[in-house]
Amino acid sequence: MHEMSLAEGVLRLLDEQAAAQRFERVLTIWLEIGELSTVDPESLRFCLEAIKKDTLAAGAKLEIIRTPGQAFCMDCGKPVRVAQRYDSCPECGGGSLQVTGGEEMRVKELEVE
Amino acid sequence: MCAVCGCGGDDKPRDLHFGQGAAGAHLPGLSQARMVKIERDILGHNDALAAENRKRFAEQGVLVLNLVSSPGSGKTTLLCRTAADLQLRYPVAVVEGDQQTSFDADRIRATGVPAVQVNTGKGCHLDALMIGRAVEQLGLADESVLFVENVGNLVCPAGFDLGEAAKVVILSVTEGEDKPLKYPDMFAAAELMILNKIDLLPYLSFDVERSVGFARQVNPGIDLLNVSATTGQGLDGWYDWIEQRRRQVVAARPRPAGAEGR
Repeated sequence: MHEMSLAEGVLRLLDEQAAAQRFERVLTIWLEIGELSTVDPESLRFCLEAIKKDTLAAGAKLEIIRTPGQAFCMDCGKPVRVAQRYDSCPECGGGSLQVTGGEEMRVKELEVE
Repeated sequence: MCAVCGCGGDDKPRDLHFGQGAAGAHLPGLSQARMVKIERDILGHNDALAAENRKRFAEQGVLVLNLVSSPGSGKTTLLCRTAADLQLRYPVAVVEGDQQTSFDADRIRATGVPAVQVNTGKGCHLDALMIGRAVEQLGLADESVLFVENVGNLVCPAGFDLGEAAKVVILSVTEGEDKPLKYPDMFAAAELMILNKIDLLPYLSFDVERSVGFARQVNPGIDLLNVSATTGQGLDGWYDWIEQRRRQVVAARPRPAGAEGR
């Protein structure tokens, strides 16, 4: 259930930003969740729905943007697209991929008033 | 102060800005929605606390290792033996993470090594705040080694930085050799994989080469060690690995001003 900790992290960020950027309500939250990140987007959505009541995000809509998994193949030297950490290189079939992108878990943008 | 133009500072009345909403064309009196770029990591708060922990560890020259595995891999047995052996060489301390009970911290304390138990309650992982608090309780010795035994769980602890120098993942030969592929985030986050209980290999069908292949598939740079915490086989390699890391941390320790050349 670490999705619950992450959902709390999102609300904490909203509170901080509300004070810094002077807004009272959040209408839409755009989250960027990489395909190789350590969170399941639907679980995170479930947890946020559960804890956002009585907060400044009570009525907020949640938009989740999936960012693609990216890696660098140490065998053929090419940047490649991967869906899982254990994928082989789609170019050369090699098994030595270093992940370079798709691990993000971020609050990207808010629509506020 | 107004976020649009900065008016309203010094308790002056704020100007009213209409037409600044998302659509840029709202009528006065209607909703003034606007877009705010945030670009903040969801784990940013934990990461900031982890950075504070890491700074403290660096200042004191303390090597911190975060031990992670599934329940039942022999983590605590390995740690008891390790703590008992290494305390003869330098100060050692342990933070034990479990959902409930202080059984593990009791086992560590029985070896003479100071330990603090962190009960996470409903939580599935340790976080940087818990480690900061635990370290305050422990009172770390300079140039010591702190082992953190995380909650037995190959999923959640992967994402939470505690301020450690490295994560060490323990896999035992009584588990499936395909765990690195089933739980890739953890094996990708670890710098060392310890294969434990190798004294049981003659009685099992565990394929060591296959598990090593799987671990390398998710983490080509991972270090690998085979040990038995019960018989002591391979423990010297583990102690050497720790010693090498400890030397790096001690060498990188900032010296207090005026202490150069001593």
